[in-house]
Amino acid sequence: MSHWRHLQQLEAESIHIMREVVAECQRPVLLYSIGKDSSVLLRLAQKAFYPGAVPFPLLHVDTGYKFREMIEFRDRYTTELGLKLIVHTNRAALEEGANPFAWGTQRCCGALKTTSLLDGLREGGFDAAMGGARRDEERSRAKERVFSFRDTRGQWDPRNQRPELWNLFNTRIHPGESLRVFPLSNWTELDVWQYIYAEKIPIVPLYFAKPRPMLVRGDSLLPVEQPFVPRLPGEEPQMVMCRMRSLGCSPCTGAIRSEADTVPKIIEELISVRRSERQNRVIDHDQDGSMEIKKQEGYF
Amino acid sequence: MAAVASPVQNTFDEFLELESKKDLLRFTTAGSVDDGKSTLIGRLLYDSRSVYDDQLESVTKASAGRNAGAIDFSLLTDGLRAEREQGITIDVAYRYFATPKRKFIIADTPGHEQYTRNMVTGASTAELAIVLVDARKGVLEQSRRHAYIAGLLGIEQLVIAINKMDLVGYDEAVFRNIEVDFQKILTRFPAIESYFVPVSALVGDNIVSRSHNMPWFKGQSLLEHLETVRVGGRVRAAAFRFPVQRVVRPSHEFRGYAGTIVSGSVRPGDPVVIWPSGRETTIARIVTFDGDLEHAEAGKSVTLTLADEIDLSRGDVIASREDTPQKTHAVEATLVWLNDKPAEVGKRYRLKHAARQDWATLKHINRRISVKTLEEETGRSLELNAIGEVTIETARAFVFDNYAQNRATGSFILIDPATNATVAAGMITAAAESSTIEPLAGVSWRLENGALILASEEGLTASEKSAEALQIEDPEALEALRHLLRRLRIRPFSADTSESDWEI
Repeated sequence: MSHWRHLQQLEAESIHIMREVVAECQRPVLLYSIGKDSSVLLRLAQKAFYPGAVPFPLLHVDTGYKFREMIEFRDRYTTELGLKLIVHTNRAALEEGANPFAWGTQRCCGALKTTSLLDGLREGGFDAAMGGARRDEERSRAKERVFSFRDTRGQWDPRNQRPELWNLFNTRIHPGESLRVFPLSNWTELDVWQYIYAEKIPIVPLYFAKPRPMLVRGDSLLPVEQPFVPRLPGEEPQMVMCRMRSLGCSPCTGAIRSEADTVPKIIEELISVRRSERQNRVIDHDQDGSMEIKKQEGYF
Repeated sequence: MAAVASPVQNTFDEFLELESKKDLLRFTTAGSVDDGKSTLIGRLLYDSRSVYDDQLESVTKASAGRNAGAIDFSLLTDGLRAEREQGITIDVAYRYFATPKRKFIIADTPGHEQYTRNMVTGASTAELAIVLVDARKGVLEQSRRHAYIAGLLGIEQLVIAINKMDLVGYDEAVFRNIEVDFQKILTRFPAIESYFVPVSALVGDNIVSRSHNMPWFKGQSLLEHLETVRVGGRVRAAAFRFPVQRVVRPSHEFRGYAGTIVSGSVRPGDPVVIWPSGRETTIARIVTFDGDLEHAEAGKSVTLTLADEIDLSRGDVIASREDTPQKTHAVEATLVWLNDKPAEVGKRYRLKHAARQDWATLKHINRRISVKTLEEETGRSLELNAIGEVTIETARAFVFDNYAQNRATGSFILIDPATNATVAAGMITAAAESSTIEPLAGVSWRLENGALILASEEGLTASEKSAEALQIEDPEALEALRHLLRRLRIRPFSADTSESDWEI
């Protein structure tokens, strides 16, 4: 990466942030979502602590409904890098039958993601959780701090965030409070893909186009990994050349029609397609400003 | 897994080639609620094709309720729901856009008078600031304030966008008069380079391309200027500074110091001084995950190893030998107060500076500056959004540069230890006399085999006899005692060379 000047600037800033977390926080953890941004975070962590080992574990909040290929990638890649992985699942909710169709997306996300995350953080005694969220993803994230303060219930108060000046991050918290830290705050989706390209970073194959069985409903392509995804009368999955632009739970992540089967082709697609990456996330369409409500409740 | 394949076509190759040469410009925007600032940013995002179609649809939908008609560009940047309902922006929001020449990060800050705090926050990381002036209203008190804050925060480049030119008939005289008025303010800030541009954010005049409505204006459009203006020269030209973030010791064979080069540049073999100890050594290696570097400059996060075995800890600063930082226990600083709870003279705060935290006492509020007139105000208090010149004393030696010379080593924040809120932003202007403790005249001390020996000018005092009782073996306790004696400004015996760093 001898050129890519803007990526070098972003990389250096992210490394600085991660080192600050490790230097000043008691028990940091990296929230690993298996997606492309998480892959970038892992590479940055390797770089930040080289020649030492990555000095924190990874926490994956597994809803139980992630794509099979994501879990395979997770297990293979984290083992290859020699990282400590903690997987946390809200089994109680799954046993009660939580799924987005039976419970609705909001209640399902609340139980399998938000509650599960907060429980996982509490069980591990983690006081700082690093995640791959970016400010360009969604409007309400544009104002998120790099070091985002959460109260004892893990909740985010938009009126009680600390001003962030220069690169001087205030990491001080009282017992029970915590920080969410976003080293990729200033990266855009294009930056992430360019970095993956320039650094040859492995990512989940779901990002690359290939024929996959999908329920085709108008513009939407719905994956059929889970048996509870309801079918319309006579509806059968069709093989469609497609890929995932962002990864989440298979019942709530729509695919996009695409021929992009390499990173450069994805980048090329990105600059010609004029739709934001969260658009295919069903969960964000519940209501206007829904991400903000989830954040206030403690969602990452 | 699909491997990273060769680019799909020549044009794409060229695209990546172009992309890889881009750099990053951070700028901030200041203007009042009605100056059309949100519209200007919305317009930059929209015209640079940084707005996705679904985002555009969602704001077009939202506009229908509030303001029927065309796209309301300001809605693209209004983030939080409460703010959308009130129709005002109330915090710093970060926006991203790119053109074929550059990538941009905007710190979008509101211009409300009570939000000096947000403007300072946005400006702290910016290299350039855009100040909006309403062509119908001319230079207002707040324009002065915006320029002042830009100057205070060390912004290199200022762009004065005179907006709503469509509402004054694109009249050149209006533009020139405002330019002359604004230049008067800028005479106070000789370090700022300025650029004036007449625009209409709503219509799009001189935002991306040059306006046909103002043929009298021969300069670049706002975006052309942003794409080509040179920034970052000061940081690269400044002396080498490397605050140690972490000591890296993965094994007994390796001891390195991780951090970010905040100014200047470094090469293996460069002579350096370690602060605050003052020890001299040279750089051995510049270590990175991607291999050792022969050269690294400001902005790069690396791990340095030194030629000599010196025990550094987090917060120490590795600096060039030629142009050294200052070291004191007290500094003069300009403080911007960020919290509802006013500043308390005599109170101890946590101070975060470069890569360290320390206890600091707010000793004096020396002057209070009006952000309206930029003149000294009466009163010695500092409440939310107030700016003052203060004296701050730190518990341990403080290694710094003046903010005007070095933003990274000249800035600090104060944290209230009870609430952990970030309560103030500080910019160091000078070293100060540590005035509280007068040197104890005529008394000096020495540590000899763990015994404390005090002496007066008349010779050894009675305490020598009690030296046995003070026998201290623990090296940490000895160090604490040394520190205490230094803080009390009791002079060591001249014979005791190990205490040569005695200075406060």
